[in-house]
Amino acid sequence: MASSQQSKYVVRKEYNEPIEAPDLTIRSWLRWLWRQLTSMKIALFLLLLLAAAAVPGSLYPQRSADPNGVVIYFRNNSDLAPWLDKLQLFDVYSSSWFSAIYLLLFISLVGCVLPRVAVHYKALRAEPPAAPTNLSRLPEYKKTAIDKADLSNAIDYFKSRKFKVVVKGNEIRAEKGYLRETGNLIFHISLLGVLISVGLGGALTYSGQRVLVEGESFVNNEAGFDSLSTGLLFDPKNLTPLSLKLNSFSTTYDYLNPSNYAKPIDFIAKVTSTVDGKKTDSTIRVNEPLMLPAAKVYLTGNGYAPDLVIRDANKNIVFAGPVVFLPQDSNMTSLGVIKVPDAPEQFGMMAFFYPTVGQLKTGALTSTHPYTWNPMLSMNVFVGSLGLESGMNTNVFDLNTHGMKQVAGGKSGIKAIKLTVGETKTLPENLGTVEFRGIKRFASLDVTYNPAELFVLLFAITTLFGLVLMLIIPRRRIWVMKTATTVEVAALAKSKDEALGKIVSEVTKALKKKKKK
Amino acid sequence: MTEVVELNQELATLSRLLVLGALTIYVVSFLLLAWSLTQKVSAGKNDKAANLVEKIGLGVMGLAVLVQFVGVLTRGIAAHRVPWANMYEFSITGSFIVTFIYLVATFFKDIKFIATFVSGFVVLIIGSANTLFYVQVESLMPALQDYWLVIHVSVAILATAFFMIAAALAAILIAKSGKSKSKLLKVFPTVEKLQKLSYQFNIIGFILWSFTLIAGAIWADKAWHRFWGWDTKEVWTFIIWTIYAAYLHATTTRGWEGKKAAWLTLIGFTAILFNFTIVNLFFKGLHVYSGL
Repeated sequence: MASSQQSKYVVRKEYNEPIEAPDLTIRSWLRWLWRQLTSMKIALFLLLLLAAAAVPGSLYPQRSADPNGVVIYFRNNSDLAPWLDKLQLFDVYSSSWFSAIYLLLFISLVGCVLPRVAVHYKALRAEPPAAPTNLSRLPEYKKTAIDKADLSNAIDYFKSRKFKVVVKGNEIRAEKGYLRETGNLIFHISLLGVLISVGLGGALTYSGQRVLVEGESFVNNEAGFDSLSTGLLFDPKNLTPLSLKLNSFSTTYDYLNPSNYAKPIDFIAKVTSTVDGKKTDSTIRVNEPLMLPAAKVYLTGNGYAPDLVIRDANKNIVFAGPVVFLPQDSNMTSLGVIKVPDAPEQFGMMAFFYPTVGQLKTGALTSTHPYTWNPMLSMNVFVGSLGLESGMNTNVFDLNTHGMKQVAGGKSGIKAIKLTVGETKTLPENLGTVEFRGIKRFASLDVTYNPAELFVLLFAITTLFGLVLMLIIPRRRIWVMKTATTVEVAALAKSKDEALGKIVSEVTKALKKKKKK
Repeated sequence: MTEVVELNQELATLSRLLVLGALTIYVVSFLLLAWSLTQKVSAGKNDKAANLVEKIGLGVMGLAVLVQFVGVLTRGIAAHRVPWANMYEFSITGSFIVTFIYLVATFFKDIKFIATFVSGFVVLIIGSANTLFYVQVESLMPALQDYWLVIHVSVAILATAFFMIAAALAAILIAKSGKSKSKLLKVFPTVEKLQKLSYQFNIIGFILWSFTLIAGAIWADKAWHRFWGWDTKEVWTFIIWTIYAAYLHATTTRGWEGKKAAWLTLIGFTAILFNFTIVNLFFKGLHVYSGL
């Protein structure tokens, strides 16, 4: 359409950064590339690209946030998943393409912002610039006929409003709102600070997980954790020496309100920490981590650990102690694995624990309440090699029944062994007996420390501070030109500024006032 | 130890009735405002009868927001906490804040012309809250029991309100800068004026959204043992922030400040709605607080 073509033409004409055709020397080509990279349009483009690139990370499970989800995705989409993995779609936020976009964005930011720091520093010390030759072309302009106008009233006006003012002959130059650019620079530099602190934090951080049954304790070293992940620059030898004992764990349930009957309201882990030989009792709850020097301890999960004693046919104890059962639903139906490698004939058990046992319509057992009102243990027994001698690292929560013979539960012909607290039952195949001694609670704890965290927060705060300044404070330049019979007042702003016209009228009004005597 | 408090289901029922009452009044205001708009189309921008009906429509909207406020308040009292812990509560509180901010803003800015859109939007939100998202009052799960719930979520609601108003203005801007010669478009201010207004609401929204993001990270560090973990809700909060950051760059890039920036506003607000509905309900993540 004619009108839209015309408007495009206007844009071209006014576009202040004409695209230079690159000539053949490498240097000028690089300069051209740099100018492109640091232009506003590229920043805009990269921001949109970054937003789009972040989307797939919410569609596919991510190894960082949901490793189990990735495993399940691989299982359900075995053809597609390896291809997606090659495109790093399960590690979007550490992928080469996502990193490339934000690194380019930050290079663009540095290239754009650093020269502006120098320019702004000069502008802060310099006088407001001279008036443009044709004042009437500025966004706000007013010409008034005043004979021999007195500029002092206008100067007072500017000074009382904290403008920077200079008078050059018949011209007043006034400028205000330098903080807008200061804020803009603070914002962008702080963003760089956030990025660097996050990167540095990632390299210097550690995070260790440990499951503790009531009464157990652990020491904050590599061997003390069930799993430990460290940043590139973190040496596990530098772990803060401390030990932690879980004294008790409890859950508060709501029995008062039908709308959230039996829902957990509070999880409370009572612990004793020892740092430098000093013992301290504390409570860890969700939203209330334990703050220790250079370590924070979080409560991330909990469950039941039935306490079992297994004796062989000769009544020798071959296994004793609490076993951590992993909760499978909100009523804490829990699954656990017991391996008995020290028995005359190796065997293992896959067991369900029901804190309050109930029955589904199908006849299968289930838990109907998360608290131990009517606890029951149901065990399937497998005889055969547990595979522990092979030297392979086996998962304590997984029983590989391949090559084992099921002797209780399932299709073995013998019913699963059911136990209530205090009971002892005989195992099939002359394996001995199992005693359900009691129930303990366990807590999953996460010990972590990120030394750069405070810097991330500080830079985030300065980012916000800079943002408010750059968006709220208007930058204005006002010029007053006097001739023998007229006064021209004109104004220019860096942003959409509604008050500009008002200021021009007020200055004109001030000029019309009679001389102060 | 957190005390188990008795929830007041009778008061919650009353609250729901009040919200439904407010919904009815909003429908009335929407009809009045829509009628006033069509009247302006046929009789001109400054038609006296149309302006009067607009005033009445806004007044009715004010009454609706008052009734809704009592509804939101009683919901909070019934639950013994802030009334924004699940999708239903977020919707009724959010739509209350949208209307409240809009009505206050009409005293400072000439934005009466989007009243029909605002009341229509609020009718849609309360309607779907009542039919799709309604849940009984429940106590907070341990992860939500923190003062950051008050700060983080309330500021997110405020940000959404400002973004919503900016998006309505941007939608009109896009319609106006198109080829359509519809009489309706003449009722609205110039493209430049719309651009300015939309920008002003967007920058406040952006500041509030940045705060929401930072507050969320501080809370996540407390509750989830890391300040940022690319949880689906975190991802979308980041995406929204980046879109609006792109919008701010667009407003100072020649050739982008008008229609294209308005499109970015709409894309940003669509992402907010997407984050609130689809991400809440269908995406796996830690922010599973819809209560559904």
